[in-house]
Amino acid sequence: MAYAAGVDVGSTQTKAVIIDEGRTIVARSLTMTGANVIRAAEQAFAEALTAGDLREEEVEYVVGTGYGRYKVTFGNTQVTEISCHGRGAVHMFPGTRTVVDMGGQDTKAIRVSPSGEIVDFCMNDKCAAGTGRFLGAASSALDIPLDELGPTALRGERPVKISTTCTVFAESEVLSWLGKGKKIEDILLGVHQSIAARSTGLLRRVGIEEEVTFTGGVARNHAMIETLNRSLGVPVNVSEESHYMGALGAALFALDHILAARIPARHDA
Amino acid sequence: MAQTTADGIVGRGNTDGARLFREWFAGLTRAAEEGRGGAYVFVMGSLAELLRTFDLPIVFPEINSLQTAVRRVAHEYLNEAEDFGYSPDICGYVKADVATQLRGGELPMGRIPQPAIAVYTNACNTYIKWAEIWERMYDVPIVTLDVPGTRAAGTQTWPGDPDFENDRRYVQAQLEELIPLLERVAGIAFDIDRLRESMHQANAMTRAWKRVLELNRSRPSVFNALSDGTIFLGVANGFRGSVEGARYFEELVEEMEYKSAHGIGTLTDERYRLIFVGVPCYPIFRRFSELFTELGGTFVSSTYLHFASGGTSLGFEYDLERPIESLAEGMLISVRDAMDNMFFQTDMLLEMAETYAVDGIVYHPIKSCRTVSTGLADNRRALMARRDIPSLFIESDMMDRRVVSEAQLKNRIDAFFEGLAARRQQAAIRDT
Repeated sequence: MAYAAGVDVGSTQTKAVIIDEGRTIVARSLTMTGANVIRAAEQAFAEALTAGDLREEEVEYVVGTGYGRYKVTFGNTQVTEISCHGRGAVHMFPGTRTVVDMGGQDTKAIRVSPSGEIVDFCMNDKCAAGTGRFLGAASSALDIPLDELGPTALRGERPVKISTTCTVFAESEVLSWLGKGKKIEDILLGVHQSIAARSTGLLRRVGIEEEVTFTGGVARNHAMIETLNRSLGVPVNVSEESHYMGALGAALFALDHILAARIPARHDA
Repeated sequence: MAQTTADGIVGRGNTDGARLFREWFAGLTRAAEEGRGGAYVFVMGSLAELLRTFDLPIVFPEINSLQTAVRRVAHEYLNEAEDFGYSPDICGYVKADVATQLRGGELPMGRIPQPAIAVYTNACNTYIKWAEIWERMYDVPIVTLDVPGTRAAGTQTWPGDPDFENDRRYVQAQLEELIPLLERVAGIAFDIDRLRESMHQANAMTRAWKRVLELNRSRPSVFNALSDGTIFLGVANGFRGSVEGARYFEELVEEMEYKSAHGIGTLTDERYRLIFVGVPCYPIFRRFSELFTELGGTFVSSTYLHFASGGTSLGFEYDLERPIESLAEGMLISVRDAMDNMFFQTDMLLEMAETYAVDGIVYHPIKSCRTVSTGLADNRRALMARRDIPSLFIESDMMDRRVVSEAQLKNRIDAFFEGLAARRQQAAIRDT
């Protein structure tokens, strides 16, 4: 049995996924990226090996992805996270035609073909508005842990309108709403709606075609799923593995390499 | 930079282009030192053919500004203009020129003379406000030539058409007003035979430039429209109407024909043929090009080669029997074409994609030039609705390093090439 791995070095977190020949996930790991990107990639891979009770030599091919993909020094090749999220999403939900990936610093809208190839994509430019970092700013301003943002927002009834598109200024806008006596849950619901609106704008630029699959770390946030569903007007697919979708896509590309190498070269007469 | 081979042909265009550029700036520096005023013009409708006959040194502020970016000193100029009071949001070319004027015309390539006159068209709205800066700084005459644009996509008219003739008369009347002013500024009389000679040289350049563009249909392509093309554009503008300019392009035809005949490409392994839409990213000019060439992509054509070539790309030739009238015709045709290449580019791109057998189109809107960038997203959508051709939309700037993120550009470019590869693989599977 051969194994393939994908290591997704994101701006905030590094994820590793190992799959077997049947494309089943056998191990996964997650670590903070931090300042030493090479070490983060090594650590994530090592932790995934441990979790899967595998030896390094059993993993035949490794693909690096994410902003730090060229820092996956032990990797065999690199593929962008845009292709990897598309591939991962289509693997988990074969009906996927549009992917929205929300990560720490960027949000991607990706349109894919039935076989998972990228048809078009669009990302936020030079600004972290509408990304996980936007939620981080709200978390910091309200002194609420990231994991509690979603459940708190879901209790909101009268969402405020967050007008700023700047992640840095969002913090001061949140504080100004607090100063006006607005409830924390209403402010947070407004923050989620603001992000959903920005993401929907990106998705419209590539064209929204059902099914839509939501990937990335922010997809664990139920309030984000709900506000995105309302903003898009269609329910999004969310996998248990959404956080690992980039690494999963990378592992699938790695498996392609392993399987392709087994096909005997054709010798035309 | 390409190396000139033993036979002296391959790479000659780039080498000679660099030499002509140095000579041009040496001439401008001499004029500045002698206290002679220059004719300040822009690439879209420069009228270099006419201005040259008055012995006015010709200054292209757009080319000077982009050179500061290519030579990695643009930020010094931009900061200086912003300290002087210009907003970070306005055209980077304007700001680099303002700083150049504040520095007494000093540029990395030499020194430019102060303006004696500015002559420009309405092809870009910034041209008009830019010239007003020189008017305030130096109290010199500035002349806006109002060139009627195409009314709507696909409604370009040609000589013989009543609408065209009306517009041509309107432009011609403006040229007839301009000539006496040029006589006063330059202190020499207008010589129609010199104009004929200058237009004759411009005709030769036009014929050759059109042929050079056609030769890039070769596979592999014989020049990169982004990197090599920018050198060609510099000569097309700076030497339009001169013997040297005409000779340069005639020799460039020889070089490109030689490369085409011998299968010498701009890349050793040309995998993807691309079209570039917009203005290049000059702050990381070489690296920007490498982001594509490293993955086997080369630009076989661009809208830039058309809208920034002063109309040379079209192949329109002046009738030397009726020079002023024909100059007005050429002005109308070339400036309209430049504007259409910015605003109504879909049909032209579809034709270009077919002619040059391209694999994809790269749109590059830039922060500091909204004239060429506004509408690119819609243009791209319109193109995608009509043809299933991969395209990439990346944003940076022509001057300002602060809004150029190489990591973000690379990520998008890499993903685009992954898509091209996957598409080719799928096509191969379908064909087997």
